[in-house]
Amino acid sequence: MNFELTKEQEMIRKMVRDFATEKIAPRAIDIDVNAKFPEDLFKEMGELGLLGIPFPEEVGGSGGDTVSYALAAEEIARVCGSTGLSYAAAVSLGSSPIYYFGTDEQKEKFLKPLASGEALGSFGLTEPNAGSDAGGTKTTAKIDGEDYVINGEKCFITNASYAKQIIVTAVTGKDDRGKNIISAIIVPTDTPGITITDNYDKMGVRGSNTAEIVLEDVRVPKENLLGDPEKGFKQFLYTLDGGRISIAALGVGIAQASLDKALEYAKERKQFGQSISNFQAIQFKLADMAMEVELARNMVLKAAWLKDQGKNFTKEAAYAKLFASETATRNANEAIQIHGGYGYMREYEVERYLRDAKLLEIGEGTSEIQRLVIARQFGC
Amino acid sequence: MNIYVLMKKTFDTEEKIQIDGGVIEEEGAEFIINPYDEYAIEEAIKIRDDHGGEVTVVTVGDEESEQQLRTALAMGADKAVLVNTEDDLEDGDQYSTVRILEAYFEDKDVDIILAGNVAIDEASGQVGPRLADKLDIPYVTTITNLEIGGEDVKIVRDVEGDEETVETSLPLLVTCQQGLNEPRYPSLPGIMKAKKKPLEELELDDLDLDEDDVEAKTETVEVFLPPEKEAGRVLEGETEDQVKELVSLLKTEAKVL
Repeated sequence: MNFELTKEQEMIRKMVRDFATEKIAPRAIDIDVNAKFPEDLFKEMGELGLLGIPFPEEVGGSGGDTVSYALAAEEIARVCGSTGLSYAAAVSLGSSPIYYFGTDEQKEKFLKPLASGEALGSFGLTEPNAGSDAGGTKTTAKIDGEDYVINGEKCFITNASYAKQIIVTAVTGKDDRGKNIISAIIVPTDTPGITITDNYDKMGVRGSNTAEIVLEDVRVPKENLLGDPEKGFKQFLYTLDGGRISIAALGVGIAQASLDKALEYAKERKQFGQSISNFQAIQFKLADMAMEVELARNMVLKAAWLKDQGKNFTKEAAYAKLFASETATRNANEAIQIHGGYGYMREYEVERYLRDAKLLEIGEGTSEIQRLVIARQFGC
Repeated sequence: MNIYVLMKKTFDTEEKIQIDGGVIEEEGAEFIINPYDEYAIEEAIKIRDDHGGEVTVVTVGDEESEQQLRTALAMGADKAVLVNTEDDLEDGDQYSTVRILEAYFEDKDVDIILAGNVAIDEASGQVGPRLADKLDIPYVTTITNLEIGGEDVKIVRDVEGDEETVETSLPLLVTCQQGLNEPRYPSLPGIMKAKKKPLEELELDDLDLDEDDVEAKTETVEVFLPPEKEAGRVLEGETEDQVKELVSLLKTEAKVL
């Protein structure tokens, strides 16, 4: 048993913390207020190799591991939830499926530009009537000659407006039992027939791009099919397992930021002639917050470590996602409470933490779905 | 070109520093590359990229210094050298460090050595210039710009808010001031590559030095934190009375008059 990070992991964490503090943090309020995707920051993050952390060098990645990736996601979310969410989605959902299931040609053509940070990728799973129930997917992909012709509609798709390509899930046929076969197909965003609009007015993570996608007779070559045509559903369950680790890491970041702000404020703020951090009512809150951050982080790192060891991590990733996202919401809420009236003001940032944290309980599987995932691991 | 950087590991002064029994508490302290040395590393990498050659980062420190050396390698330095004095040197000072570095550089063919202007912990700013003196090469401190053309070097240095231009030649030692450059972040591929770059570890023995040779010439009498800032006081009443009160306070309380 060893809880120490490797030298590389330490260095990565320090580098990302420095970058996040110096480059992202000063713009976090602005990114939220104007709901503007910070494209230039992603360019810089790409140049530093952050978008390729968990992928090997052969596919344009940085040759890091899942632990390093989780540390990076935490550090980014600690200063800006919007940037954090777009970062996690780009790596876990845009790039990872191609790395897991892509052919060598697909990796060369579609993964390399993403892993090396030249472009962003996106993952189109959710539809207006297929959220947690991905089996309800209505988008279809029919073979016509050498092409798939795709028709359908996707919603709440992160980074789609800035993506070079979108991995789209679609019904490609029926199995022996008459159930829909769902496959994943890589669709370059410059293909005719795709309309991407981003008119959502969101509660939080406002600077993270979220888009609606309409696909009308979109033609892509058959070789853009990702992975096994029969196992599309299993593939994205695995993808989502990995994604949960990064969403959990974002939760740890926001929870840590909430604690940092609350602690700093509690020490400075004087009422009744002394710092409010002298009062047990505040101390108990701070103690709970610190404890939960640590527990959440340990769970995230354990899930990441299991993944790096090639062991099963489905249950642990769900524990981490569920606990860390709810911790983020609780901590952000308590941070506002400790700040009193000031906490309600944008300038103090903790109100943004709460709005950003809430998304983490919903995206990539709601808290309720996480509990189902966990229970299913017991054979329920 | 043979480019060398003198690097020091320091505690992060942005973090809380605790003193226990006259010694800075290392447990829990965050350690970083001395920020001025980061300018030196950045400049060294730029010189190498423009003129070719090799960047070697040298530190006198302990086992833990490897982390900072690896960071320098991750930024782009080619080689690192750790002179580990953990077992041989209780309390070194600038003399000890210079003596060790002098021994290290004895058989080295040097074109340029870059150091930080000062280290943010003890801020003596002595090691660079004293080493140059021992190696009998020119040195220029607090540089904010550096141009190398063949053997000729043109330098702009910071002189307390003004600028001075100096022309000199290689071999040379410079100490780097804020404003010289913007140190890069170590990239992810850089961090992964740093693992495989050579890091040589030496002890005093390897440099033909005894503990006595490097014994400190100074003694630290006391280490203490600056007094905590107290809240200011606002004087009240008629202006004339306030002035009288102020003068009296400056005499009796602040004792500056």
